[in-house]
Amino acid sequence: MSQPPITPGHSDDALRLHEIHCTLGTRKALLGLTAQDIQPGKVTAVLGRNGVGKSTLLRCIGGFVPCSSERLALGATDLAGMSAAQRAAVVRYLPQAASLPLHLTVHECLLVALNAAHRPNRAEGRRRIEEVAANLRIGDMLHRYLDQLSGGQRQLVWLAQALLHEPRILLLDEPLTALDPHFQHLVMDSLNQLAVERRLIIMVVLHDLNMALRYAADALVLQDGKVAAQGATAQALQPQVLADTFLVRARIERCRLGVPHIIVDGPLAPPAPAAT
Amino acid sequence: MSESPSPIVGRQRALRARMLLACGAMILLLLAVDITSGAASLGWNQIWSILFDPRGVGSPEHFIVWQLRLPQALMAVCAGAALGLAGAEMQTVLENPLASPFTLGVSSAAALGAALALVLGLHIPGVPLRYAVGANAFAMALLCSLMLDIAARRLHMAQHGIVLLGIALVFGFNAILALIQLLSDAAALQDLLYWMMGSLGNSGWTETSTLAGLFALVITFSLRHAWKLTALRFGEERAGSFGVDTRKVRRWALLRVSVLAGTVVALVGVIGFVGLVAPHIARRLWGEDHRWYLPASAATGAIIMLAASVLAKQLSTQVEIPVGIVTTLVGIPFFIVVLSRRRRD
Repeated sequence: MSQPPITPGHSDDALRLHEIHCTLGTRKALLGLTAQDIQPGKVTAVLGRNGVGKSTLLRCIGGFVPCSSERLALGATDLAGMSAAQRAAVVRYLPQAASLPLHLTVHECLLVALNAAHRPNRAEGRRRIEEVAANLRIGDMLHRYLDQLSGGQRQLVWLAQALLHEPRILLLDEPLTALDPHFQHLVMDSLNQLAVERRLIIMVVLHDLNMALRYAADALVLQDGKVAAQGATAQALQPQVLADTFLVRARIERCRLGVPHIIVDGPLAPPAPAAT
Repeated sequence: MSESPSPIVGRQRALRARMLLACGAMILLLLAVDITSGAASLGWNQIWSILFDPRGVGSPEHFIVWQLRLPQALMAVCAGAALGLAGAEMQTVLENPLASPFTLGVSSAAALGAALALVLGLHIPGVPLRYAVGANAFAMALLCSLMLDIAARRLHMAQHGIVLLGIALVFGFNAILALIQLLSDAAALQDLLYWMMGSLGNSGWTETSTLAGLFALVITFSLRHAWKLTALRFGEERAGSFGVDTRKVRRWALLRVSVLAGTVVALVGVIGFVGLVAPHIARRLWGEDHRWYLPASAATGAIIMLAASVLAKQLSTQVEIPVGIVTTLVGIPFFIVVLSRRRRD
């Protein structure tokens, strides 16, 4: 068995994914997915068409679906042998936002995330809640009920919950769905800051390629349960990659300010179906 | 509880505590009303002197108050609280607003267990005869809870599927119960009917203190799991991501539900809808933080049950109407309201 290549420079706090297989029911969702180490300190966008295994990959890392792997580790710490509850100490996973009509105040939502597994002492708990609330600017809505908040505000609450325990890996499944542009940019901007300030590994499933291009330093493009392309986002999203993996005719152009944008010109015909 | 970071949060908490206190006061008031109403007409003054004056010992009035009305009224409190707590935990762990021991068959299963012991003499081996009815009721309640849990988790049955399964279970257990009625003699049939209707009439101090003790024990464990139960409300994966072993929390909660529902059925019979209505009221008024929601649901259940008991006594002084009939009749409209509101969401 060959060990995954270790990138020189940063080796002990990167997320290592090697030969991950996952079968959901009868469908093979991940087919020996192997990626270069996912580095902390930046946002990594997980991209690909519907059903290529983006969500499954995050859930495998979080421990919510059974998978087999040659290596699933954070630096030297093996994650594969841990249950979801054990992994929660280092990994926080945010599933796709469902509408949860919970009659709980924001403060209670944060207390639950803080106290559910084991309770920190009172002063420490209070300090963390204040810090996270200040970071995400939700301090003035702590007393409001979750079922009265907008989708964007709720997304901030989920983020706050995930950050309370100071995880090392944050996995977010389509956090921008149903958010208006203001909140989309606010969430992505907060993620970028968090990644840098706390040296977090942040993996975000996105469908908006331009959001990925703007906010994610790296991109991991999946196709058919495997990695189709990986690297700095602008490099990974070459027109050929976009054509092969997203089935679109697209180009990257720089706007007047020099910022690259992806412009999609139209769909491409899918290739002849392989045996499934 | 951790300190509140803002004055509004602090005020919210104070309000909730006061509402819980108000519930306590209401229970005391209803207890007083319940003790003064009944077939024999006794005034407030008379009751007061019987309760606090030792000279009346031995009189029929003393017997009525001390051996009939007081334990029965307290049984209403305990049974209502137990059902309220059981319903609250069931709605959380099955993620279903229509869950309660009565609607999903747990109570029917327990009644069937009791019937097996009463009529057919089928006991769990090794259990002393005194506790055979209770043990049977508990075992069947647990079996039913596990079936619901397996259907929800393993088979990934959706919310409405669970309710339909529960209704199927109710029908199934009731059919077997009917079969047992057919086979039983007159005396056993009388006992059985009492079980199926739910009545406080046979409650003495032993029964009441048994249930009170069990309830106190169970709610301590429930409250110890309060954070984890609240976390479950965010869904399997979010709760897991908070570090909660969701399967374990579920199993323990269903065990507690079975203990409560099984014991209540063994002692007072099938009481409908208290376990369904109380959690909804508690959730609206106290929110879903289980530190409040669980005790509030228990308190609400106790109030509903006491009110039903008082109402039953007001309806007729000649025949004692089983309290289970009253709660069911009052509960059905509420059930329909909850059901129709769910559909719109």
